[in-house]
Amino acid sequence: MHHVLSIRDLRKAYGDKIAVDRVSFEVSRGEIVGLLGPNGAGKTTTISMILGVLQPDSGSIQVDGMDLATGRAQALGRTNFAAVYAPLPGNLTVWQNLRVFGLLYGVKGLSERIGALIGQFDLEKFRNVKCGALSSGEQTRVALAKAMLNQPHLLLLDEPTASLDPVAAREVRARIRQFAVSGRGGVLWTTHNMVEVQDVCDRVLFLSHGRIMLEGDPKTLPDEHGQPTLEELFIAVAREPLTLERT
Amino acid sequence: MTATYFRPVIAIMLRYFYLLRGTPARWMPVFAWVAIDIVLWGFITKYLNSVASSGLNFVPTLLGAVLLFDFFTRIMHGIAGVFLEDVWSRSFLNLFASPITIAQYLLGLVGTSTLTSMVSLMVMLVLATAVFGLRFFAYGLTLVPFLLILFFFGVSLGICTAAVVLRLGPSAEWLVWPVPAVVSPFAGVFYPISILPHWMQFIGKLLPVSYVFEGLRKIISGGAVPATSLVLGGGLAVMYVLLACWFFQRVFRHAVRTGILARYSAESLS
Repeated sequence: MHHVLSIRDLRKAYGDKIAVDRVSFEVSRGEIVGLLGPNGAGKTTTISMILGVLQPDSGSIQVDGMDLATGRAQALGRTNFAAVYAPLPGNLTVWQNLRVFGLLYGVKGLSERIGALIGQFDLEKFRNVKCGALSSGEQTRVALAKAMLNQPHLLLLDEPTASLDPVAAREVRARIRQFAVSGRGGVLWTTHNMVEVQDVCDRVLFLSHGRIMLEGDPKTLPDEHGQPTLEELFIAVAREPLTLERT
Repeated sequence: MTATYFRPVIAIMLRYFYLLRGTPARWMPVFAWVAIDIVLWGFITKYLNSVASSGLNFVPTLLGAVLLFDFFTRIMHGIAGVFLEDVWSRSFLNLFASPITIAQYLLGLVGTSTLTSMVSLMVMLVLATAVFGLRFFAYGLTLVPFLLILFFFGVSLGICTAAVVLRLGPSAEWLVWPVPAVVSPFAGVFYPISILPHWMQFIGKLLPVSYVFEGLRKIISGGAVPATSLVLGGGLAVMYVLLACWFFQRVFRHAVRTGILARYSAESLS
């Protein structure tokens, strides 16, 4: 299977504190991989490194076969992301933001693409509204539209449904699943919502203290480790990571 | 370079023009502040002309110098201002996680500042010519090298101060605005640098803009500007642009390596 993301022995330390410790994993085309773990486990550090805004101390990151260290622009051109902590500039309208980011990503047929995404994410009535004036849920939809602008081969989503109501969250999940099923790219998804993980992810990686402790199918993983639910397994990994470390 | 290369450059420029269109306050530095400066110095020169017995016309010496120095200031502040828009809107993650390169980003900053500064220059020229009788165009193409030196030095300081803010965090914004005021005593904007103490003269000679104002005074007094002076000023200005780009690139790499870029609003990671 073709890997859209391939990470090998990724490591990052801030002084004495090791944030990410020899992490290796892949994401395949058409696959949705959940990156789970307690706060401070290293999820956002890992995503920041994949986005090229944080340099690993060692290890390699390849996006669609392009090495991020040597082909930054090419690798990032195949990637996009949405994260709750990275809102789009609030002083530009929805349309202006999509136009600016479309140009940054070199999207061809940009006006048509923006029109299609505005329709897909139900943003028509906000087209000329400044992003800063939108509710957090509406801003999330704009961020997701921006993340889809370049039809990325690798889509990184850091808690994309955190500020959405259940109906909007379900629609977003359906849209992301649709993106994965279309076979255009793969998705790396972080969330603390275990129901969402079981609903959406093909595979999960449990990260704790900067290391991957467990990996597997979110539907069968709890049983395999003697836990009744994925949430219980999450708590067990967070409390006693060493007993569950991936071999 | 293809048209595709310039798309991210256009994105940076377009973003600022959307902001200009949507917020009248952003037009103030483009129109209002430079106009106020010209009006203030225009009347000062008129007053000096009326009280001075030497017969010296202060309009070209003082008002011309103010106009050129304001052009340099606008270029420098323009670049830093467009960069600060990214700081204020916390766009670094979205921006630098895109395929834009540092060269494209800096070109976008310079392009935006060039266009807005040209508008400022036009405003100043119209006011200074129409209201105070500055005959700026009488010097013809002689002024082109002066404008280029001011442009390149403004670009270098703009990029350099943007790098300082990237390195030290959002609060370092306050280091940006006074830079032209710090440069002006050494640059001999209003007086020959020969009247300065030796140590100040030494610094002045390292500033490309000092060659512009020394040259301007020479032209006004009917002399010719030595070509070596222009070459030296131009050479210094271009060298500073290259050094500033290198400095920005180095600071950016440091920010990516240490995590400052990923957690920029924290200002430091200690």
